[in-house]
Amino acid sequence: MNHDTYTDNYIRGILNGVKSIAMVGASPVNVRPSYFAFKYLAERGYDMIPVNPGHVGKSLLGKPFVASLADIGRPVDMIDIFRNSSHIMPVVEEALGLSPLPKVIWMQLGARDDAAATKAEAVGIKVVMNRCPKIEYGRLSSEISWMGVNSRTLSSKRAPMPTQGMRLSLNRMSVGGGETAASDRAAKNKTETT
Amino acid sequence: MTDRLPGFSTLAVHAGAQPDPTTGARATPIYQTTSFVFNDADHAASLFGLQSFGNIYTRIGNPTNAVLEERVAALEGGTAALAVASGHAAQVVVLQQLMKPGDEIIAARKLYGGSINQFTHAFKSFGWNVAWADPDEIESFERAVTPHTKAMFIESIANPSGSVTDIEAIAAVARKAGVPLIVDNTLATPYLIKPIDHGADIVVHSLTKFLGGHGNSLGGIIVDAGTFDWSKDNKYPMLSEPRPEYHGIKIQETFGNFAFAIACRVLGLRDLGPALSPFNAFMILTGIETLPLRMQKHCDNAKAVAEFLAGHPAVAAVNYAGLPGDKYNNLARKYAPKGAGAVFTFSLKGGYDAGVNLVSNLRLFSHLANVGDTRSLVIHPASTTHSQLDDAAKIKSGAAPDVVRLSIGIEDKDDLIADLDQALRA
Repeated sequence: MNHDTYTDNYIRGILNGVKSIAMVGASPVNVRPSYFAFKYLAERGYDMIPVNPGHVGKSLLGKPFVASLADIGRPVDMIDIFRNSSHIMPVVEEALGLSPLPKVIWMQLGARDDAAATKAEAVGIKVVMNRCPKIEYGRLSSEISWMGVNSRTLSSKRAPMPTQGMRLSLNRMSVGGGETAASDRAAKNKTETT
Repeated sequence: MTDRLPGFSTLAVHAGAQPDPTTGARATPIYQTTSFVFNDADHAASLFGLQSFGNIYTRIGNPTNAVLEERVAALEGGTAALAVASGHAAQVVVLQQLMKPGDEIIAARKLYGGSINQFTHAFKSFGWNVAWADPDEIESFERAVTPHTKAMFIESIANPSGSVTDIEAIAAVARKAGVPLIVDNTLATPYLIKPIDHGADIVVHSLTKFLGGHGNSLGGIIVDAGTFDWSKDNKYPMLSEPRPEYHGIKIQETFGNFAFAIACRVLGLRDLGPALSPFNAFMILTGIETLPLRMQKHCDNAKAVAEFLAGHPAVAAVNYAGLPGDKYNNLARKYAPKGAGAVFTFSLKGGYDAGVNLVSNLRLFSHLANVGDTRSLVIHPASTTHSQLDDAAKIKSGAAPDVVRLSIGIEDKDDLIADLDQALRA
């Protein structure tokens, strides 16, 4: 499938469908982007599992670190890979050894490995590359609009009532909104040159 | 399969706004509040630490302003935007993220007179140096590049001359120099020109003009194109280096392709303070809903008035890029095919005195220092907006002593032509 752009329905389907997320490369340092994303997703009710061999014995927001995907010891719906493009393939290969297989492999903003994606898709795993689940959740729930960010969604329906404080529901009816083609092009050029 | 993309007019009405979750209000409510309650201590800490999206204090963000920000970002094709108190505030906030004392910005010589003043005097006092270049001579931008250059700044359609800038050519120079191109798109609006499509990295506006469009509310906005890599060398430490006020967060690493807009908000607006009133944001939002209709009428009227003036015996010259044969007509056809805007200048055979007479004899045109109102406006730049420049600089910026500037409104064009005709004969 085309990994340059994803439809909102594809991303929304993934974020609505998965319950447990193993984050490979999660950091306990509270200014790292992986910490931000881990905390945000945990607050939205996902069963988060931090995977990082360097921090085994510690825990992240009450969740104990595991050294590898194999150490999780229970089925996991989605693997979120917080590593550079050059470190993606071994993680995907490890994920392909899990039983049952994960439903989704997600590579973070800036990370893309088309060969690894093809391998995962060959066994029926959905793949997202070069995106952040926190940003996508915030965008599709329109929460991110509070920061003046172009959510690229439009809706004439009453926004869902905030639940759990100010958290909005992902199940918002919307159609495509403003595009950010120049930014997408720049990101593509950047991943191609690195 | 891809999502269907909505058209410009649909975005002008809908982008950023959805019915209020609590009341169902369809128009965007005016959240006239200074501050927002936290759920608990952890929520407060998450917001202050930039870990959660949300509202803290209207100097940093406000839900009404956020609708305006998303709408303009969508119209420009940017990733995010930040609304501020005025167009001037937008320029200060943008450059604060990019410039340190001793750094340089290369700016087009043809700028709004207020911007020339701001760059020459206020910015100089910050230690930010400006090198002026001629947008009609692309090489002059290239020649001005030094190791201290941090940005380039142009207007898409220049005020007051109405000349159209070759954005793509200057974007290429900026890319080669490794600096962002900032485009002031006030006079064109995204209805006529979308600078990001032509290589701009940052777009700024005075919302006071055509976007708000009714001459009733000041505002400014910064749009992040999401195209510039702020971390590829050490030129932009505000975005690439750990920020001490946020426990060592790196802004670009954390916020990706909307990092510049976030830096403007959490480093610029937070510390400099030129916040936009939510009431003004509401007025401007209402204006933007009719932007496509108004802008087309502005342009159609302007072309008719320019054609009339070009054939008038009292008129020496008309500078309107929408006229065939105008120096900028080819650029206008390329960049602004729907119309060349509604602000332009002309000169009178009778010189300065005839200009003064014209202004005082007009009955529908208002004599004032603004552009982009529903009403038609007239001014003599040499004695007002550009009065602080010396004569040579006035001529270079398109505001020679015999020049009169018009901003054509959305009245009936025949009434505007009749008013000009009687004033030119009086």
